[in-house]
Amino acid sequence: MSVEADVPVAAIGAIASLGDAMAAADNDARVQAEQRRIGDVLLSVDNVSLSFGGVRAIADVSFDIRKGEIRAIIGPNGAGKTSMLNVINGFYFPQQGVITFKGEKRREMRPYFAATSGISRTFQNVALFKGMTTLDNMMAGRTLKMRRGLFWQALRLGPAEKEEIEHRAVVEKLIDFLEIEHIRKVPVGKLPYGLQKRVELGRALAMEPELLLLDEPMAGMNLEEKEDMSRFILTINQSLGTTIALIEHDMGVVMDLSDRVVVLEYGRKIADGTPDEVKRDPKVIDAYLGVSH
Amino acid sequence: MSAISLAIPGGIGAVLAALMFALLKGDRRSTVDTAVHAALAMVAALFIGFLAARAIDNPGSFVEILVGGLLSGVLYSLVALGFVLIFKASGVFNYAQGAMVLVAGLALVRSLDFLTGHGIATIVAVPLAIIFSGAVMALCAFVIEKWVLRPLLNQDGLTLFMATIGATFALEGVAQLIFGSDVYPLKLFPIDPMIVFESVFPGGILINKLDVWGAVIAGVLVVTLALFFQYTKTGRALRAVADDHAAAQSVGIPISWIWFIVWLVAGLVALVAATVWGTKLGVQFSITFLALKALPVLIIGGFTSVPGAIVGGLIVGAGEKLAELYLGELIGGGIEYWFAYVLALAVLLVRPQGLFGEKIIERI
Repeated sequence: MSVEADVPVAAIGAIASLGDAMAAADNDARVQAEQRRIGDVLLSVDNVSLSFGGVRAIADVSFDIRKGEIRAIIGPNGAGKTSMLNVINGFYFPQQGVITFKGEKRREMRPYFAATSGISRTFQNVALFKGMTTLDNMMAGRTLKMRRGLFWQALRLGPAEKEEIEHRAVVEKLIDFLEIEHIRKVPVGKLPYGLQKRVELGRALAMEPELLLLDEPMAGMNLEEKEDMSRFILTINQSLGTTIALIEHDMGVVMDLSDRVVVLEYGRKIADGTPDEVKRDPKVIDAYLGVSH
Repeated sequence: MSAISLAIPGGIGAVLAALMFALLKGDRRSTVDTAVHAALAMVAALFIGFLAARAIDNPGSFVEILVGGLLSGVLYSLVALGFVLIFKASGVFNYAQGAMVLVAGLALVRSLDFLTGHGIATIVAVPLAIIFSGAVMALCAFVIEKWVLRPLLNQDGLTLFMATIGATFALEGVAQLIFGSDVYPLKLFPIDPMIVFESVFPGGILINKLDVWGAVIAGVLVVTLALFFQYTKTGRALRAVADDHAAAQSVGIPISWIWFIVWLVAGLVALVAATVWGTKLGVQFSITFLALKALPVLIIGGFTSVPGAIVGGLIVGAGEKLAELYLGELIGGGIEYWFAYVLALAVLLVRPQGLFGEKIIERI
């Protein structure tokens, strides 16, 4: 029992430090970035192939994501980026290949499994609970952290109420961090797109993930919103130490944020390396600019 | 009719017609829409004005019919509530809700007969029978989730609807096979009428005690469900699943468990409906056709709204009784049987999402 109670308190500590880190990040993000330790392989994808009927979405792709890094997955439209995230997250089951997360090998993930083992994600076309408020959406993200049974919840007595309050505190910290205090009680369906993306990030963060999968977090945003989102992503990575896999089309953002980049085209991996290496890779240039034959 | 009993309702009717017409204003209304809306508003206003005239003529009998209608409407609400719960949480229109009422009713009445037949006192037998039928509904929820819904996860709503039609026949058949197919009288609530407000109206107002019981039970049920949905983790998870399956899965909400809970709750609502309807009509096969009466209630109230189910039930209950008694003498009887459907049709014409439903906006 006492162990359960400790979890949220520790979380409050980590998430509370986000605010301070935010100020620091503005000044010396570069310095912090260099100090950051990138650890061992957290997730590796080996020879994964996925097809829908006759369409090959992913063909024999292998790459890994190291603990603490920001890993970008880029490629032209239809390259299989989102399919890759869906495989990692357990929405799609690949026909071939193995996924290893935290040393555990799996042929296929299940969404529930992925969530319990520490993978959370956002979606390309925002997938929020539209009828629910910002607060409820983010509280839903803490479902797995809450342990009181249905009976206690129904009575809303002692332990269940205490638990609800503890988790609410964590969520409030996140709301402060993401600067969405003013929309706390607004049903998210009514919010503009940029804010919805931010709430979705908040919901993913509320799960306190080890690996955060972001599917085009900046799609359809203006410059200012993109800058805010970049700042959030960097801070999350640096002060919470969350590993991030990122799909993004804005090359400027990708090159600035990510430690390593994997490039997909027609479901195949065509390059993998640091942003500088990838930028110079002739295959990547061909994929993006087209080849003259 | 005196002059005043025509002038006042006429005035009320005109104001209401104008009000309804203004409220029903769409964003882009074509000429045809305008004509239809205006015509419907006129008909509604005439009906309401006519009722008001009769109410002024004889307030006692009007109130009696109104109260009786509202109370019987509560019973429609109870059935509609089960539909709304499942539709909200899984996007499935559960055709089997009527069959679930039958199953719950049969399980309850037969186990009660069995227990009292073995010399167990009623005060002990009733809770035992309710627990037993609750367990039967839990079993139903488990079986439906495991063998009907889970294999069809992420399928189209229409596919799931067809599956529930199949489940209806299976439930009806199995329940009657196990529990028998006669008409079984259920005596849980007092059914004798009583007379109230004798000081206000001459002769007082006659109401049925069973209807009052039904209203009290429905009220308690709705408040409990609303609190459960709004303030518990599981309630939040239920709403989350209703909004977006994939997103709910991604935050680790176990969909199968949530579906089981929803069908269990709908089963328990069916059990409550069965206790009241069973006392009223006896537990019999025709109880499954209650599902058909719930349909106009849902269209009027909105498929996704718990308050909608309640208000829809009240409108249908009161409307059909008033129409039967007051219009029946003008255009012939039998109005009670079709009134709800015509009303639902009118609502579909002007407000397809129902009075309380969420407006569906598709991004193209």
